[in-house]
Amino acid sequence: MSLQQIIEHLELTVLTEPRDFASVHPAGGYTSDLLSCVMAGAKGNYLWITLQAHLNIVAVAALLEVAAIIITENAQPDPATIAKANEQGIILLSTPKTTYEIDGKLWEMGIRTQ
Amino acid sequence: MTSRTPTEQEIYGRRGRLITDHDANKISRIEELAYELKVHDVMTADMHTASPDMLMSEVLDILRINRISGVPVLQDGQMVGILSLEDIVRAMQKNELSAPVSQYMTRSLITVAGYDTIIKALQAFTDSRLGRLPVIDENNKLVGVITKGDITRGFLTALQRDYKEEEVRRYRASHLFEDIISDRTTLVLRYNIKAHDFIRGGNASSHIKRALLRLGADPQVARRCGIAVYEAEMNLIIHTKHGGILKLEMEPHRITMSTTDDGPGIPDISQVLQAGYSTASEQVREMGFGAGMGLINIKRCVDKMDIESTVGKGTKLTMRINLPIENSNTHKDK
Repeated sequence: MSLQQIIEHLELTVLTEPRDFASVHPAGGYTSDLLSCVMAGAKGNYLWITLQAHLNIVAVAALLEVAAIIITENAQPDPATIAKANEQGIILLSTPKTTYEIDGKLWEMGIRTQ
Repeated sequence: MTSRTPTEQEIYGRRGRLITDHDANKISRIEELAYELKVHDVMTADMHTASPDMLMSEVLDILRINRISGVPVLQDGQMVGILSLEDIVRAMQKNELSAPVSQYMTRSLITVAGYDTIIKALQAFTDSRLGRLPVIDENNKLVGVITKGDITRGFLTALQRDYKEEEVRRYRASHLFEDIISDRTTLVLRYNIKAHDFIRGGNASSHIKRALLRLGADPQVARRCGIAVYEAEMNLIIHTKHGGILKLEMEPHRITMSTTDDGPGIPDISQVLQAGYSTASEQVREMGFGAGMGLINIKRCVDKMDIESTVGKGTKLTMRINLPIENSNTHKDK
């Protein structure tokens, strides 16, 4: 399942610069708004689903090399966060849906934990 | 080409004969790769196929839509021929696009095996004058298709990989340590971390992780260091009065990371080592910090963690990751 298909199916908004999303294949997903839990639980190439939209999520995502961050409930990162994500090559996606809905849909699509 | 005993040349490649230094200089990397790379390294495994009773016009659509110039023809899983654009052109000349594939396909089955070298495939292309060859496995089962384009792409990918390896090797920490002779050589990276500087939070950790990768550290080791040092860096930002110093010391056999600050200090260390215990402010918690998992994450990522603290004076956190001794040797069996 490619990120392109996920973006289309979940109608996600791409906040960062466009990339070749078809070549990104997330290996699983992790959901939490607590950064240390993400540090412990999210693996490389995972999708990270969170309500957090501030600058520090980019550093965490870059260290973990996650496939993309899906920011839920229309939480809006500020321009500095988006700029830093572009600089670090982190994909930021946004949705008005709740974390619960996104998780459920991703699970249905076969994005599960390894 | 069914199974048979490979020739000495094929087994030993160029290493089979005596090569002088002078000869060796003249062998290009591409020539070497032609002997090193195997057909299954470069072939296309995910291929389109046709059946003998399909119409020529149907195959034309397959070729056109997928922008390919030919397909293997399969009957009951067995390959019976190959159909290329040229065959379609012949059918078009006779206005017979509604003819079955079996009437126009090429039946002479020249194949290469997945385990064949690229040099062998190149010879097969020259001998057969075909642009695409089916690839079979040990059991004569079709496993892919190879074109000259696949070979070119394979060479380019391999050269790029070589280049990357060379770049990493050039900066590899072990070289640094081998070239500089002393009784104890260490590389020290030092970062000044400001208190409450959330804007730059995590910058030092990502710089450290990148530096370790450039120095040729195992990616798993770099990841563990990155996570440990991130938690330590954020602790300086969240909890200290004036920030502190984050230091990483690299030696051939271990990586030592530490943070030092001048307060406020931790009254009860056993408390902060409990999962979920946090003194972070409400404001910081809203940003997702203060899960009370920082030191636990660090402990999980490093081989040894020490924490010393005096209230009113400060805290020193030391983290150590041991590196396998063999880590410094360059492995090149790819």
